[in-house]
Amino acid sequence: MSSSWPLYEVFVRGKRGLNHVHVGSLHAADERMALTNARDLYTRRNEGVSIWVVRSDAITASTPDEKDPFFSPSGDKVYRHPTFYAIPDDVPHI
Amino acid sequence: MSGTDSAESATRLSAHFDATIAHDQRIEPRDWMPDGYRATLVRQIAQHAHSEIIGMQPEGEWITKAPSLRRKAILFAKVQDEAGHGLYLYSAAETLGIDRDELTERLLQGRQKYSSIFNYPTLSFADVGVIGWFVDGAAICNQVPLCRSSYGPYARAMVRVCKEESFHQRQGFELLLTMMRGTEAQRAQVQDAVDRWWWPSLMMFGPPDDDSPNSAQSMAWKIKRHSNDELRRRFVDMTVPQAEFLGVTLPDPELRWNEERGTHDFGTPDYAELMRVIKGDGPCNAQRMERRTKAHEDGAWVREAAAAHAAKQQALRETTKEGTAA
Amino acid sequence: MSSDDDHVYLSLAEGHADDARWAFGTGFEDPLHGVDTTLPPGVDAGALTALCLALADDALVAAQRLAQWITLAPELEEEVALANIGLDLLGQARLLYARAGQAEGAGRDEDALAYFRDQADFRNVVLAELPNGDFAHCVVKLLLLSSWRLAELTGLTEHPDPVLAAVARKGVSELTYHRDHAAQWVVRLGDGTEESARRTSAALAELWPYRAELYAAAPQTRDEVEAVLAQVLDAAHLSAPTDAPTATASGRSGEHTEHLAELLAELQSVARADPEATW
Repeated sequence: MSSSWPLYEVFVRGKRGLNHVHVGSLHAADERMALTNARDLYTRRNEGVSIWVVRSDAITASTPDEKDPFFSPSGDKVYRHPTFYAIPDDVPHI
Repeated sequence: MSGTDSAESATRLSAHFDATIAHDQRIEPRDWMPDGYRATLVRQIAQHAHSEIIGMQPEGEWITKAPSLRRKAILFAKVQDEAGHGLYLYSAAETLGIDRDELTERLLQGRQKYSSIFNYPTLSFADVGVIGWFVDGAAICNQVPLCRSSYGPYARAMVRVCKEESFHQRQGFELLLTMMRGTEAQRAQVQDAVDRWWWPSLMMFGPPDDDSPNSAQSMAWKIKRHSNDELRRRFVDMTVPQAEFLGVTLPDPELRWNEERGTHDFGTPDYAELMRVIKGDGPCNAQRMERRTKAHEDGAWVREAAAAHAAKQQALRETTKEGTAA
Repeated sequence: MSSDDDHVYLSLAEGHADDARWAFGTGFEDPLHGVDTTLPPGVDAGALTALCLALADDALVAAQRLAQWITLAPELEEEVALANIGLDLLGQARLLYARAGQAEGAGRDEDALAYFRDQADFRNVVLAELPNGDFAHCVVKLLLLSSWRLAELTGLTEHPDPVLAAVARKGVSELTYHRDHAAQWVVRLGDGTEESARRTSAALAELWPYRAELYAAAPQTRDEVEAVLAQVLDAAHLSAPTDAPTATASGRSGEHTEHLAELLAELQSVARADPEATW
């Protein structure tokens, strides 16, 4: 079984009245660890701030660039992985 | 899609990328980017992240020996910050579609490098101060311009890093200032540390410009904003008055103010030494890699256990859900 | 270089308001802000000194062991977590030493107490000084120590000395987090793989008997700590080792293992090499 921990995106509300803002990502085995790690890493455990964590692979993202031929407008992962560009040799006319 | 269409769209994407760079706009993770741009960023950000993590070691050795509780807390917090910086940077690298596990593998196999400076030993507590002053000072010179790097996630990570890095430099300088006002032995320790770290610190900026093949392309892509020699000169100009203030001598007989050019003239670092250390032949390369490898290997069963527990919990939740649905 | 860079660089030099975190662990506020530090009448200075010293020694020695984990944690995120806990404990130690010094009235500051007392003068529990083992050992020890210290400090939040009470209040919020962190890990490791369960059981077997010393030092903590441990072990599918009648360790009376001598030799080495030095 895989021992690598999934990637989580971290969103922090710095103080009341503000939106949660994306601050980065981290690895954790589960949601609870992700929250704990996020608090340790991105807020230095400052009490009173609110944190969201969400698995990176659970985020659907739009493609801002309309000129982009690779994506359907319905959305895709939050990061575009280079493996996406690995086109098999036996597909003609690409 | 036909061959012509794809060639046309590639040209269009490339033009769009160039225009974004030209307008000093940021490239973001989902944007199209040339393979070379992506590869350069992965290499540079990973190397930077590895440096933060390996860089915990030379100072980390002194947390348990720090001579006052205040110094202990400061150093502990600083080394912790370095772990945090490594994490911010790995996070930025991962937006390029590469996994942290893969980057760690590349480091441990020696396929990716970290800053040569961390292959020098720390011999006294004064080294902690000099590392803060020189090494973190050099890092600030390097990194402040990176806050405007063309790649968004890297630039944002650098803003966060730079903010904390300024603590590091100040704590180092303040330690040295205190030591210089202490005993004769302390002053001697400071001068000794300055003598040992000065040249390796100048080498941190990399090879000279006419011998730095990748720099021009990185600057054209605005990944890097200034040349190695430019940054090195800036560091010297910044450090000389601080050395005078402290009362230490920088070990360079050629160092003097050049009125005409409005900057300092200084000697040439031993770039052959830099190359040796980068290639793995520095005083502490083996030791640093050994410790990093040990932590990674000793931690394998822990990471595996946490993943196994998470999988069991997930299975349990799904069973419960099915039970409720039925 | 452009003025833009200068601007960024200058902005880094501004706003040093969060300097406090360098001196007091990860807390953002001075825990003694607005607290009257004069010793209130009716508080026995000798007893207060002894209590603060014992609690400070526990925290310093435990923080030193956590510092030895740095660069060896099983994952980078965990480096940050262990360092946070170590910094919290170090912060508690400093405040407690300072208070012990004030109550003692002999002019000793935190560093005099940490660096220039010998092993026989240290009053930490033996559990804190045991050498590091694997990560299971680390989290089991942390679970025992933090559950116990949390119970003890909770009781001290109403102490007649306002300084000790303030330090205890700060400590309670920190230790709640430490205990939670340790408990989560014990559950993960107990439930994770065969190997992790085996290692965690081994750590429990080694460390379990040291509870006796904790309860001897602070009998009022026993019920709460036992309940917490039972709950965590249950969730982790681990069983508590049977309590064998062994001699109770007694760090509180100054009886220590050789491991403390080693720990102090390292901790005090630089400070003692040049006692006239200023740091």
